[in-house]
Amino acid sequence: MKTFVGIDLGSTTTKAVLLDDNSNVIGRGITNSRSNYATAARVAGQEAKVDGQFTLFRRALRGTGKLTTQLDDFLGALERAFRLEQFVDQLADLEQTCLGYIQGDRFKTMEAGIKDAVGEIFNRLRSEAPDLYAPGAKRKSDFFRDIAGSRYHIHAEEVARAATLPYDLLINLYDKSIIEVENRPPKGDLSDKFRRALARVLKTEPSIQSSAAVVQKTIEDTLAIDLEETYLVGTGYGRVTLPFSKEHIRSEILCHGLGAHMMYPNTRTVLDIGGQDTKGIQVDASGIVENFQMNDRCAAGCGRYLGYIADEMNMGLHELGPMAMKSDKPARINSTCTVFAGAELRDRLSLGEKREDILAGLHRAIILRAISIISRSGGVTNEFTFTGGVAKNEAAVRELRKLIKENYGDVVINIDPESIYTGALGAAEFARRAHLGQADGSAQ
Amino acid sequence: MTVIVAPKAAPAKSVAKDDSMLKQKEMMAAHFDRLTSSGETGAKVCNTFVPGNLNELIMCFDLLNNLPEVNAIQSGLRRQSGAYVLEAEKIGHSEDVCTYVKSDIGMMAKGNIGPNGKRMPDPNVLLLSYTGCFTFMKWFELLREQYKCETIMLHTPYMGDGKITPNMIQYMVKQLKEEVIPTLERVSGVKFDIDRLREYLKRSVKAEDDLVKVLQAAKTKPSPIDAYFGGIYYIGPMFGAFRGTEDAVEYYKFLRAEVEDRVAKGLGPVTPDGDMGKEKYRLVVEGPPNYTNFRQFWKMFYDEGAVVVASSYTKVGGVYDLGFRHDPDNPLETLAEYCLGVYTNRNLPQRIDMLANYIDEYEADGLLINSIKSCNSFSAGQLLIMREVEKRTGKPAAFVESDLVDPRYFSAANIKNRLESYFQMIEQKRAGASAAA
Repeated sequence: MKTFVGIDLGSTTTKAVLLDDNSNVIGRGITNSRSNYATAARVAGQEAKVDGQFTLFRRALRGTGKLTTQLDDFLGALERAFRLEQFVDQLADLEQTCLGYIQGDRFKTMEAGIKDAVGEIFNRLRSEAPDLYAPGAKRKSDFFRDIAGSRYHIHAEEVARAATLPYDLLINLYDKSIIEVENRPPKGDLSDKFRRALARVLKTEPSIQSSAAVVQKTIEDTLAIDLEETYLVGTGYGRVTLPFSKEHIRSEILCHGLGAHMMYPNTRTVLDIGGQDTKGIQVDASGIVENFQMNDRCAAGCGRYLGYIADEMNMGLHELGPMAMKSDKPARINSTCTVFAGAELRDRLSLGEKREDILAGLHRAIILRAISIISRSGGVTNEFTFTGGVAKNEAAVRELRKLIKENYGDVVINIDPESIYTGALGAAEFARRAHLGQADGSAQ
Repeated sequence: MTVIVAPKAAPAKSVAKDDSMLKQKEMMAAHFDRLTSSGETGAKVCNTFVPGNLNELIMCFDLLNNLPEVNAIQSGLRRQSGAYVLEAEKIGHSEDVCTYVKSDIGMMAKGNIGPNGKRMPDPNVLLLSYTGCFTFMKWFELLREQYKCETIMLHTPYMGDGKITPNMIQYMVKQLKEEVIPTLERVSGVKFDIDRLREYLKRSVKAEDDLVKVLQAAKTKPSPIDAYFGGIYYIGPMFGAFRGTEDAVEYYKFLRAEVEDRVAKGLGPVTPDGDMGKEKYRLVVEGPPNYTNFRQFWKMFYDEGAVVVASSYTKVGGVYDLGFRHDPDNPLETLAEYCLGVYTNRNLPQRIDMLANYIDEYEADGLLINSIKSCNSFSAGQLLIMREVEKRTGKPAAFVESDLVDPRYFSAANIKNRLESYFQMIEQKRAGASAAA
């Protein structure tokens, strides 16, 4: 079947969306942008394809009339098993890469010892892997680098101590290898991974044994459908160059405008707060951009601001919003300069101010800056759509609602839970239109 | 299918230049040599500014015209302004001060070396022809402090109501007669001769006629010139130390012929990378350019087939395309009228009219504003201008930000990102309009 791929390269994450020829989303994928944009684009694209497979499995299995009440559980288990397979494959790649680096003078007297130690670390990683993907298990992140990295460090420390080997050598091996592994898309045939994942599920979930034959055949039939990448459009902020050929690039501003229009066709104003930029976009009734404003000379008050604050407070990024929500007396913080905010934060903490009040103040400062960018782009008209990573933060959303109401009255505010994919969605729609011969991306 | 590709580095190329550009380079070099050798020749120097530059009058007193903004621009183009700006900040000038000023102050602090590698002269007189930029006044206060020389202020009333009244002209002529001319006579030791001024003004008119023809050639499709990046070269002699000279008359005659030849051959503008490819977008630009990354900035336009057909910046040293010409029959009155009409002395409605009319007359696709961080004279009101021009023309507008000569405020990736978005926006608008038609 024909699919249309949109890829949005962000400063922090790369997002991909897969559309069918009726503009329905069939898959979404996300990965960290790492140091290699081309790989990030490929990996995100592959992730969207994997997600697309699940959409097709769901459609096909629904058609069989089997697994009616167990469908969600089954697909959940299949996805966890698939992720586990992929994780184990990448571990094997990482292990081989690490072993390949054990050579030269530094390792002279202890080559064998280091090899054994690396083998032991990876044995431990493999044996605990199923638990990482057990039902209900919480992972710090879904990116291989984050999961493998944090566990490798823990095991390396123990193994080094027990074998009296230098810990830093083991870490150095990892640091060198992870960049290499991360910069090549996961190896292996996707269909095989699905088959292995299915076998794993069938073994561990006795409740679906009775439908096993039908499920297996349905999955096989679905895997036989080729998800043909008919056209791809890339967008985003590659700093200097995006890893796409010119005819496959559309401006991220146009993509965000169109993506927001697709999610909410009555959208007239879009605010997107990403890692390093804040965009205020005005669109017309068909999603065409009329005007836009962005932060130009400074990235104060963008998503990275919150990342920095989270690091300063030793908290996870996703924990900031809930804590700020507890505040009923936000601190007055005017500066959106990330560096000043760090200093102000420490200062206020030392004066005994409550963490939630300070955090609420910081969220308000970000939104104040965004409001100024929106004003420059022409203000807010009905309806208003908020997108980007920061749209997931409830405290930021609360401040935004308050300030929009104060400044523009009762306006419909749309926030889609998948808003991080807005740019990629617009790009995928541009890809679909380009395939239909509308090189300029018009809907007509 | 070609899709995900690795970036390639572009090979370095030599820079293409028009003959007129080479001619101008020689003129500028000769002028800088006149300035830096003034110690030996005994020539006296008058510092003044581009908007309201009274070059014909200055020449009547055998004074050499030295323009600090032009020196700052030269420092920007030659990548020296960054260090000068830092030097000025070290002396105590704030980060928010106009970077032309800081580049000039920093250049003086570092030995005042001009583009020819020789020391620039100390001025004998500072002639502040005030035309709407408040910073100029502060700038000359600093220079007066430094050089302890005579300072003259010619006050141009702001065109707040959008028109020039007889009172305004009288007020300025009175200043010329009672303040400016007597002081220049005293400093130079040369007696004022109004017929000499008339002769210079006659030459100005010839050059002005040709300049207007050059700028208006951009109405042709494809435009034979870029009226912003290229335009900055075209205004050089007129806005600098050449208006009223035979050199300027010749230069503009030559330039006009060159441009008319391009029109006849159906050619587009010459860019540093040679002839521009197909003209895809025609833009009107408001605001000064960035000089520290001038070519990189220009390239972002011509690589995408965007040509600037009209700009307000090429009117800062005089607005000629709306009809004004120096009038040798009324020499002092015409100098007053010239100062009153420069772009920075016009009110917001006039600026809006000018830009909106350019969009119609030059059949442009829209307005682009390059907003300068350290230039309040230009930047104040630009968002309002943008909205109003959008409303009146129905054409899309966009806004980018950079600085004159402070390299710290040029973020290439951001600007490129905005420009590309803008070009695609124009494309979409066109598609929408043709579908509706």
